[in-house]
Amino acid sequence: MVGIVAFSVGNGSKDIFLKEGFFNFFTGADWNSVEGRESYGALPYIIGTLVSSALAMAIGVPVSLGIAIFVSEMAPARVSAPLSFIVELLAAVPSIIYGLWALFVFRFWIRDLIEMPLYNAFGRSIPFFGPTPFGLDWFTAGIVLSIMIIPIVSSISREIIKAVPDTQREAAYSLGATRWETVRIAIFPYAKSGLLGAAILGLGRAMGETILVTMIIGNTIGIAAIPHSLFSQSQSLASLIANEFNEASSNLQLSALIGLGAVLLILTMGINVGARILVSKIVKVSPGGRE
Amino acid sequence: MHRNELNSNNNKQKIQNIILRQYYKRKLADKLVSGFAILCVLIAIIPLGSILLEVIKNGASAISIQLLTFPPGAIGSATGGIAPAIQGTLIVVGLASLIAVPIGVLTGIYLSEFAPTNGLLPSAVRLFNDVLTGLPSVVIGIVGYLTIVLALGSFSVVAGGFSLSIIMMPIVVRTTEETLKIVPNSLREAGYSLGISKFRVTFSIVLAKAKSGVLTGVVLAIARIAGETAPLIMTILGTSLFFTGFTRPIDALPLRIWRLASQPYESAHSQGWGAALVLIIIVVLLSAILKILAQRSGYNVRTPHI
Amino acid sequence: MSTDNKWHDTPVPKVSKNVDETGNIEEQHRFKVSIRDLNAWFGTKQALKSIDLDIKPNSSAAIIGPSGCGKTTLIRCLNRMHEMSPGATAKGQVIVDDIDIYDKGVDPVIIKRRIGMVFQKPNPFPTMNIYDNVAAGLKLNGVRDKKLINDVVRESLQGAGLWDEVKNELDKPGMGLSGGQQQRLCIARALAMQPEVLLMDEPTSALDPLASSKIEELVHRLKSELTIITVTHNMQQAARISDYTAFMYLGELVEYGQTKQIFENPQKELTERYISGKFG
Repeated sequence: MVGIVAFSVGNGSKDIFLKEGFFNFFTGADWNSVEGRESYGALPYIIGTLVSSALAMAIGVPVSLGIAIFVSEMAPARVSAPLSFIVELLAAVPSIIYGLWALFVFRFWIRDLIEMPLYNAFGRSIPFFGPTPFGLDWFTAGIVLSIMIIPIVSSISREIIKAVPDTQREAAYSLGATRWETVRIAIFPYAKSGLLGAAILGLGRAMGETILVTMIIGNTIGIAAIPHSLFSQSQSLASLIANEFNEASSNLQLSALIGLGAVLLILTMGINVGARILVSKIVKVSPGGRE
Repeated sequence: MHRNELNSNNNKQKIQNIILRQYYKRKLADKLVSGFAILCVLIAIIPLGSILLEVIKNGASAISIQLLTFPPGAIGSATGGIAPAIQGTLIVVGLASLIAVPIGVLTGIYLSEFAPTNGLLPSAVRLFNDVLTGLPSVVIGIVGYLTIVLALGSFSVVAGGFSLSIIMMPIVVRTTEETLKIVPNSLREAGYSLGISKFRVTFSIVLAKAKSGVLTGVVLAIARIAGETAPLIMTILGTSLFFTGFTRPIDALPLRIWRLASQPYESAHSQGWGAALVLIIIVVLLSAILKILAQRSGYNVRTPHI
Repeated sequence: MSTDNKWHDTPVPKVSKNVDETGNIEEQHRFKVSIRDLNAWFGTKQALKSIDLDIKPNSSAAIIGPSGCGKTTLIRCLNRMHEMSPGATAKGQVIVDDIDIYDKGVDPVIIKRRIGMVFQKPNPFPTMNIYDNVAAGLKLNGVRDKKLINDVVRESLQGAGLWDEVKNELDKPGMGLSGGQQQRLCIARALAMQPEVLLMDEPTSALDPLASSKIEELVHRLKSELTIITVTHNMQQAARISDYTAFMYLGELVEYGQTKQIFENPQKELTERYISGKFG
């Protein structure tokens, strides 16, 4: 049993051996991935991954916290149970279906409700609100990613908030705190590291998401994939792998793609390990939980 | 001291005044935050509603006997269906389960029942398990490619099943271990005191009690991998044919949806929605079974944080 | 300096419309806290049955009784903390000075300024230092004046008998103190809000005898400025610290009177049996 676990992890590292041929090119991170000219660099896609994930976090984490607070502090019991169920449903939707919906429905919402107005207002003067948007860009990808991480971040946050002892809440209320103030002084400081861990787990999820990003992000390669405006098409590590893997024309390109996978692997593993440490810290601090 | 008393009373008066003034501001802040929290809840619910709506709306119109039983037609044509994809999903998921479930459940049993509490091996196993849960699915696909596809020389069902089992196993291990941990120790002790061997106690008594919970975990894992796309891209390749052999490529629903969505034809998109509906029905069915099972065993399962 | 009119805006105390049934209106203002027909439930289970009680200002009252008699529920009704438990409800009147805190228009948040609470297990905020813990209530309520806060923190710590021990270590974490010190810290935190009534729910049951006696000594000192109501399961403690004692049993107020009288000459048989240790 353990064998399979170790075997799989070990197998993943076989690919590093494959890409060994140009290891320094990756760390040096030049940015040219064109067939025929056989030079591959990961930088644009690293940036694409980071940028779309960052947006996902910027939106997803506050919203998840809002939901967690609502469910644990504000909602009466008969509301919070069905609500948690609904949020879990969000997690059960396969990402391909998120992709389908995002491609045919959501992207028009974003384009018409957010991107076009921004473009009309600022587009001609500020390059950041640059060329005419049509909805398939890192911005839309980031927003859909944020929706995808809401279930994870909010449910873990909820567990963590529940773990804060009631005595803390009572102390705050007895001083005349309003509900929000109690959250602010009794819950947040106590749960800080755990909540951070939850957020980071969400980050890991966003970075590893493949099929959705592939369908939405615009699929450019090379230098063009580095986002220079709000609406520019881009590419993430995962989406490029998905796109080119089956049509890779040379062994070198294949190795490059596998190398991208290695980069992604290192990033996500580091993030997940860090997150789990943070989450376990608070659960240890208060083993009693609700009294 | 008279002066101190005066001072102190002044302070009290000051404080009382400040509090009265600030009261309305604080009330407002509280209301704003409450409103924000409610807004967040809406933000979560609206997309879900829209997704379900769209899938049902567009998918329902595409569903037909033809869609469900025919192989894909020529690209761009309105004929053809997704039958091979449905079959493929069932086969590959089934294969993955066959691999992951026994290993996963046994590992879970080991961790919960037989492992010494602070042993090196159980800690290592748990660590590896955690690591596995965090792997991006596309990387798992690469692993599947490197191991099975290259070894067998072709894209294959086996490769897909193997990859999906890597995703599935940690889930099963975790839920099995957690379910078993909940079974009260008194049950085990009762068994031992009757002279029953540890093996029999574990399998006949403890496992029997935890059956629903373990099953729940398995169903959860199946629902999860049924929707996975990335690992399949580089392992099963996807074809238009029905099952031709375990070492041959095959199609699956998520893959087919992707291919259909990527085509510029309206008819293809429509079929894609139909396939999505089929997929969601399968996943929903599984999740519903899960909830029923969970209620029956009284075990409350949250989607594991993976 | 007379204490009666300190907190009222008008020289003549306002008359509340709720006091009609209880007779003599002038009588009303001899009491700091008047409880009228207070009933409380946890879901469908009734925890308090028709409690009627009057507590004089600047006195120390103790509530005693066996486990489950409702004494904690009662005290938590006095600052409207009771209803924060899931499924908990309360009905009746609790009149502090001339305001019924259960009146429809009263916001529970604001009465907590005037009625402070100390809990059984000390609960200082773990992420704050001593100074911030004491100042927490003030800052929460919008007080920004540093000098004012400094003064109040000092006074409160002095009032809680902790000042001398921590005056040079105000920036040390609150959790670093001993149990007894933490409890006094919580008392200081409550005092900083300048309450008129201080409720204490078994404040020494988690403390060693030395720490407990320090807190008992506190009660004696503070009652000249506040009205203190203490719940305790320790009869001897009640006898030591209170002027008036209330004995409760199964959600009802059995007897209430001067402490000396309750312990030496209980009027009800139930009281006598509890006092002499026949049950509890």
